[in-house]
Amino acid sequence: MEPTSTSSSSDAARKAAEAADNEFTTMSGKPIKARYGPEDLSGDADVKIGEPGQYPFTRGPYESMYRGRNWTMRQFAGFGTVEETNERFHYLLDHGQTGLSTAFDMPTLMGYDSDHARSLGEVGREGVAVDTIDDMEILFQGIPLGEVSTSMTINAPAAILLAFYVLVGEQQGVASEKLSGTIQTDILKEYIAQKEWCFPVEPAMRLVTDMVEYCTDHMPRWHPISISGYHIREAGATAAQELAFTLKDGFTYVERAIERGIDVDAFAPRLSFFFNAHIDFFEEIAKYRAARRIWARELKETYGAKKPESMRLRFHTQTAGVSLTAQQPLNNIVRTAIEALAGVLGGTQSLHTNSFDEALALPTEEAVRVALRTQQIIADETGVTNTPDPLGGSYFVESLTDELEADAYDYFRRIDELGGMVEAVRQNFPQREIGEAAFDFQRRVDDGEFTIVGVNQYVTEEEEVPLLHIDPALETKQVERLAATRAKRDSAEVESALTALKDAAAGEANLMYPILDAARVHTTEGEMIEAMQQVFGTYTETPVF
Amino acid sequence: MSAATAEPKTDRKIRVVVAKPGLDGHDRGAKIIARALRDSGMEVIYTGLHQTPEQIVETVIQEDADAIGVSILSGAHMTLVPKILELLEAEGIDDVLITVGGTIPNKDIDALKEMGVSGVFTPGAPTDDIVNFIRTGVSRREL
Repeated sequence: MEPTSTSSSSDAARKAAEAADNEFTTMSGKPIKARYGPEDLSGDADVKIGEPGQYPFTRGPYESMYRGRNWTMRQFAGFGTVEETNERFHYLLDHGQTGLSTAFDMPTLMGYDSDHARSLGEVGREGVAVDTIDDMEILFQGIPLGEVSTSMTINAPAAILLAFYVLVGEQQGVASEKLSGTIQTDILKEYIAQKEWCFPVEPAMRLVTDMVEYCTDHMPRWHPISISGYHIREAGATAAQELAFTLKDGFTYVERAIERGIDVDAFAPRLSFFFNAHIDFFEEIAKYRAARRIWARELKETYGAKKPESMRLRFHTQTAGVSLTAQQPLNNIVRTAIEALAGVLGGTQSLHTNSFDEALALPTEEAVRVALRTQQIIADETGVTNTPDPLGGSYFVESLTDELEADAYDYFRRIDELGGMVEAVRQNFPQREIGEAAFDFQRRVDDGEFTIVGVNQYVTEEEEVPLLHIDPALETKQVERLAATRAKRDSAEVESALTALKDAAAGEANLMYPILDAARVHTTEGEMIEAMQQVFGTYTETPVF
Repeated sequence: MSAATAEPKTDRKIRVVVAKPGLDGHDRGAKIIARALRDSGMEVIYTGLHQTPEQIVETVIQEDADAIGVSILSGAHMTLVPKILELLEAEGIDDVLITVGGTIPNKDIDALKEMGVSGVFTPGAPTDDIVNFIRTGVSRREL
């Protein structure tokens, strides 16, 4: 716009600009100014921004980023029984996917066997059912575990599923030292957002620390915790809340491991993160950059890490499931592409792109292929991978990065005042903050303040898309396989393994070893969970809304 | 409505049980709806997570509910909803408005309605529509 000549009209213009400023916010409600310039960079901008691959890693964990190696294309998959999921794994690898990611069904996530009364109707619905080592063996049939890295999304029973995986590796002749991958294990965010738990918070934290210790000793290529903001965001958190609660969870795991006597530089390099990629493009990019800088600073200054690898935050990204609409589902391809691009410009190490039909059901093969192709188009056609952190130095992006960082520190302070994250979770603090944000966002959508295309704007008649149907007979098939395993195993061995596990739970020994022993003799996941619950108890939430 | 026999039921607040059956922990929608119903003046009883159909029906009876909102995002709706309906019928309860919300494919919506569910709401449904549906549905039943 041309500058105006009279002072009164320039006042009016300034007022109009100020009024307009108030109308421009990020998705999380952060006000955006009419312009950003050099004055928006902080005094020590050079130090805070730094160089890619160098402390404080704002610009990325590696010097060459995608010039050196592309991100891992890792589509989360799992449904029905292990046979169906194994077939989907092979399909994805055949289409150029470079890592595996396993979704378990609800009973597996909650520690119930497929034949438990609570599992009825849920077996294989939202992921794959795994009860014993026999299932795990079929799940990874024909997949060389020494070559493919695997991610497993499981938390409360993570130690048991890791034990199954280690034993399948053994059967394939791959030593645990050679296994590479990630298991989620982030139990704090379960109480905060995802809500799949087995034990009270304290014993659950002990189990996490046992796994960290075990992996530090035996699995140098394994990531024992994927500290996850994804589910926190999906539950309705703002970008700043996702950033703050996730990092604070991470610091809490670090503190527990240090208290256990593990050297921070021995385990911190194997911690990784998992963030959401929501639809507000620049806010997301700023969130990843702020996360790297905060983690680096705290690991170095608060936790005394010496190795740069301990300070270097690496993360997986998944596009926002909650941004997908049931209405006009093909529009979701576009949303996912934009979110994925934010993840890439934010420097992600691996990426899952959601399929367009996922507001309606688990994805069909075709929908998954389009989602994978979206990543391949970003990687191979757009040129955005040619240089690290191409948005680094943008007045706007750097300023937003600073603001999100400040928001996160504000939350850290409030959580510390409550006595730390475990105590804050017990007091429902993050749960309440997220609930408020979710309600507020819904109000903005209902009032038309926030546009969702096809939902509150540009509404048209419904289109039908073909959906994946999961055959209810698969549940019976899984229950039968479990019955066969129970029939063929040596029940005396199982009993004594369970007794040993209970004894260990009552004492202080690392639980990974008795879990491995129990898994080897075909003890089921549910039996091991029940044995530990006899010692630890269970968890019931006091819901806040 | 006859003034002499009218139960004070119409003067009292509408009582709604918001229920999360099954094992999935996706409670964002359930909590938003619970709060919106409460803000609109209804009495809301939220069951919390991981409830069995038996526990839910028990709550409906104990709370003398006028309506129930079942939230399911696990794909288990065709197992859990019929089970809840069956238990309600066995208890002789036929005056409770039943609504379901979640990731429900179209063909299952028709099937659920045939079984006796009054309304099914999928992702993107405006909160006001749900509140109005329950208010209208409950008052119609009481006339």
